[in-house]
Amino acid sequence: MANSILHKAESRGHANHGWLDSYHSFSFANYYNPERMNFGVLRVLNDDTVAGGRGFGSHPHDNMEIISIPLEGDLEHEDNLGNVAVIKKGDVQIISAGTGVFHSEKNKNPNQQVQFLQIWLYPNKLNGAPRYDQVSLDVKDRHNNFQQILSPNPTDEGVWVQQDAWFSLGKFDEGFQTTYQIKKPGNGVYAFVLEGDVTINGQALHRRDGFGIWDTDQLNFKADSAGAEVLLMDVPMKF
Amino acid sequence: MHRLNILAIHRDTKILATVLRLINTNENWNGIGSTSDEEAVEMFHQQPVGIVLFCAGIDETSEEKLKAIFSTQNPSPIFLQHYGGGSGLLSAEIYEALAKQGH
Repeated sequence: MANSILHKAESRGHANHGWLDSYHSFSFANYYNPERMNFGVLRVLNDDTVAGGRGFGSHPHDNMEIISIPLEGDLEHEDNLGNVAVIKKGDVQIISAGTGVFHSEKNKNPNQQVQFLQIWLYPNKLNGAPRYDQVSLDVKDRHNNFQQILSPNPTDEGVWVQQDAWFSLGKFDEGFQTTYQIKKPGNGVYAFVLEGDVTINGQALHRRDGFGIWDTDQLNFKADSAGAEVLLMDVPMKF
Repeated sequence: MHRLNILAIHRDTKILATVLRLINTNENWNGIGSTSDEEAVEMFHQQPVGIVLFCAGIDETSEEKLKAIFSTQNPSPIFLQHYGGGSGLLSAEIYEALAKQGH
């Protein structure tokens, strides 16, 4: 029988640093909740808003798969591997930190905020070579469809990740129904509602709610409002 | 108040410095660290260490060897695999490990 856990949007950790307004679905920085440590290998889901012209200065990471998904505005990336790039809505960025990487992420525009999701997965292999990648995807392909944006396969759609994980994004018309097949036995899915209202396996969800489901092989999905947007994170539950 | 000594071992000097700086933002913790196994063993012998953080770049052979040496001197240190390079997860990892030990 399927298991599930509901994280209502308003139950998330919150830190407003002025330049950065961040909501944490799982324990992060000064937010520590032993009941909110991870969902399988999904360790961090931060919903960040960065003020115009501001950002995260150069800082290190290691042994973590870090995925950034811009929702609004332009995010400027720079790292010690020599990568300088800008990501915007429709793009997906991955940093496979491995033995260690330094990077900065800044709002490129001085007068417009940037909103993005910062997601960290534990890798399935430690101490790999650090790697950066980003892809631009056609957002039209996610209309009434779960568009794959991340997978463990370098030749597959989206960015590839050092983990048996698949991410998909969809934007749906009201009333649209579909099913989602979990990609690998032992994986669970953490659904995060970006916009609107949806129902997954009978659970009504609203903007920024999170819903984790495991011990099942499929989800039943229904959009309850026009333009409902959902991110599905299909991840191993054991690591 | 007695501060908890936390020994971090990382192969990258700059990231180690970040990890130690973050540990030391907590007034109850004292971060010490090394990039080499030999120096880490020396540090462990010089002071009581409550938590050993194994960070990036420490291969399995080194980790097992160090755990064996440390356990000989102190049967109850907490061995922790640290992920992420300091930012974000460090405090939660330490709090969780201490809670499991009943602290």
